[in-house]
Amino acid sequence: MVNSATVELVVSAVKVFIVVNVILLMVMVMILAERRISAFIQDRYGPNRVGPFGILQPIADGIKFLFKEDVIPYHVDRFLYLLAPAVILVPSLMTFAIVPFGSSFSFYWGDTPVHVRLQIADLNIGILYFVGIASLAVYGLVIGGYASNNKYSMFGGLRSSAQMISYEIPMGLAIVSVVMLTGSLRLSDIVADQQHMWNVVRQPLGFLIFLVAAFAETNRLPFDLPEAEQELVGGYHTEYSSMKFSAFFIAEYANMITSSALITTLFFGGYHVPFGILEALNLPVAWEVVVHVLSFSIKTAFFLFVYLWVRWTLPRFRYDQLMNLGWKSLLPLSLVNVVLTGIGIAIF
Amino acid sequence: MVATALFYIFAAIATAGAIMVVAQRNPVYSALYLVLTLFALAGEYVLLMAHFIAIVHVAVYAGAIVVLFLFVIMLLNVRLEERAPDAFRYMIYAGLPMAAILFVEMGYFAFRGFQQAMVQGTRVGLVESIGRALFSQYVLPFEVASILLLVAMIGALYLSKRKLEIVAFKRPRSKKERLKVMMYEEEH
Amino acid sequence: MLVEYIPILVILAMALIVAAGILVLTHIVNPRIRNPIKLTTYESGIEPQMEARLRYPIRFYVVAMMFILFDVEVIFMYPWAVVYKQFLSQGWFIFWEMIIFLAILFAGYIYLYRRGGFQWE
Repeated sequence: MVNSATVELVVSAVKVFIVVNVILLMVMVMILAERRISAFIQDRYGPNRVGPFGILQPIADGIKFLFKEDVIPYHVDRFLYLLAPAVILVPSLMTFAIVPFGSSFSFYWGDTPVHVRLQIADLNIGILYFVGIASLAVYGLVIGGYASNNKYSMFGGLRSSAQMISYEIPMGLAIVSVVMLTGSLRLSDIVADQQHMWNVVRQPLGFLIFLVAAFAETNRLPFDLPEAEQELVGGYHTEYSSMKFSAFFIAEYANMITSSALITTLFFGGYHVPFGILEALNLPVAWEVVVHVLSFSIKTAFFLFVYLWVRWTLPRFRYDQLMNLGWKSLLPLSLVNVVLTGIGIAIF
Repeated sequence: MVATALFYIFAAIATAGAIMVVAQRNPVYSALYLVLTLFALAGEYVLLMAHFIAIVHVAVYAGAIVVLFLFVIMLLNVRLEERAPDAFRYMIYAGLPMAAILFVEMGYFAFRGFQQAMVQGTRVGLVESIGRALFSQYVLPFEVASILLLVAMIGALYLSKRKLEIVAFKRPRSKKERLKVMMYEEEH
Repeated sequence: MLVEYIPILVILAMALIVAAGILVLTHIVNPRIRNPIKLTTYESGIEPQMEARLRYPIRFYVVAMMFILFDVEVIFMYPWAVVYKQFLSQGWFIFWEMIIFLAILFAGYIYLYRRGGFQWE
């Protein structure tokens, strides 16, 4: 008989190890996809020399980052300068913990039954965990900007943090309207609630608000003001080089992956397969788990593609337009959405 | 067992962080140590089963209020803490007795709490119980909280008003306002 | 119930390892060839003027302040959203509670809007 706490610890350690590595792998895939898809959209080839179809390009990029010179300028605040990449990386890797990426399965370890839920932590505060941890990402930007002691970095850091906090409110309100439908903060409940009808049908406005806010939160085009190359050189990471520079990008892509996964979970039924196809197929239980994970991955991959698609389609916002959109349009709109949801639930 | 060990670890981090907040001379560092302290406290809340309070602690205090602190530090360009002017020299004589009284008070209540049973396994801090209490028994305080937020909103605007005044009249609605805008523009 | 939070500690440890790993790896592997020009502030090739830590517009303060206020508002809405369906069985009371709360705040929002609190030059 194995101690249940030990089982929990080992199972969660295995899950965490796999998930974090998959995220890091996906970051590499995304870097390649970004370059290939942008090339496709702009009708060019993109990197296609390293390995077949250029699939080894991310590895080449990684090696290049490792052998680039590590410059720590002498006007920086050394401790904070080194702290910033770590501070930005940790929350971005932690937020994925609450996303259910599949259903659950059981097996025997010796003679102890082990139930594995394909979700790192099914917390009772669920989605609030994401809200809380994601709000900590601001520190990486502010510290990075401040420590660099460079005007571009400072402006980039302040701008991006103001942008992030502005869009956190509409995002939170969009989440509130989803929570109202389910009556629970647990993501497993939210997913179970969508077995027959996806939330996007009941919350089209909420979905749009969440999508826009997610773009702004991850500092992606059309909201990539903090690193607007033409005016700010590189924003808060101007003074960074080598692997420290890459840490900012790993964090950005990891945030994109988590955002896409959350859009899938909150509005597109999570790992459920639509139209009762899975029930019709009548697969063995083990295969159902695989299909669930696959369904989740396909939906998430689609939203990752949307990220790239939007980036290479829309021009950048001006900063005042960005703030106006957040405070003057999205905020009242999301409040209206919450009230409408309340009326809707009360009537039906 | 593990919970007790975690309690002491979090407590140690929180105390060390709090001391560093006061001991640091660079205000940016102080703010960051404050975040560390708040994090450790959130850990303690989780141990007390107050999960909602814990995450609110992270989201509001660490995620919003300290961000404001950092902004203000940066906006004002506060450098190393300057020596307190002479006016504050006698503060120590008022401060020390106050601190002593506070310690005795806290010690007394901690001791009394220790004698009574520890609060354990309550469901008070879960989001559902908070929702139930807040929207039935404590409706009035909840509504009053919104007025508090309203006052804070207006206060924040007032503090930063000087420049805003001109913006408010961006589309002047009367002759008097138009005149005001023109005068302002001439001044600057 | 506490068991639920064990994985959070595990993923925190993992994230810290990755972050520390990157920093340490940089320190060990990446080459470093110093020269004074390379170590100065990046200013697109122009001699840097003044320190970067200037004073910044008060706008950022206003935004951060507004963020705190609305953040607290949203935090209040989470427990409300969780119990909303259960309380609805006792009538519309729960709905109007939040409407009053929002109306008071929205009055402040409109005041701010009219006074240009959200105006970004």
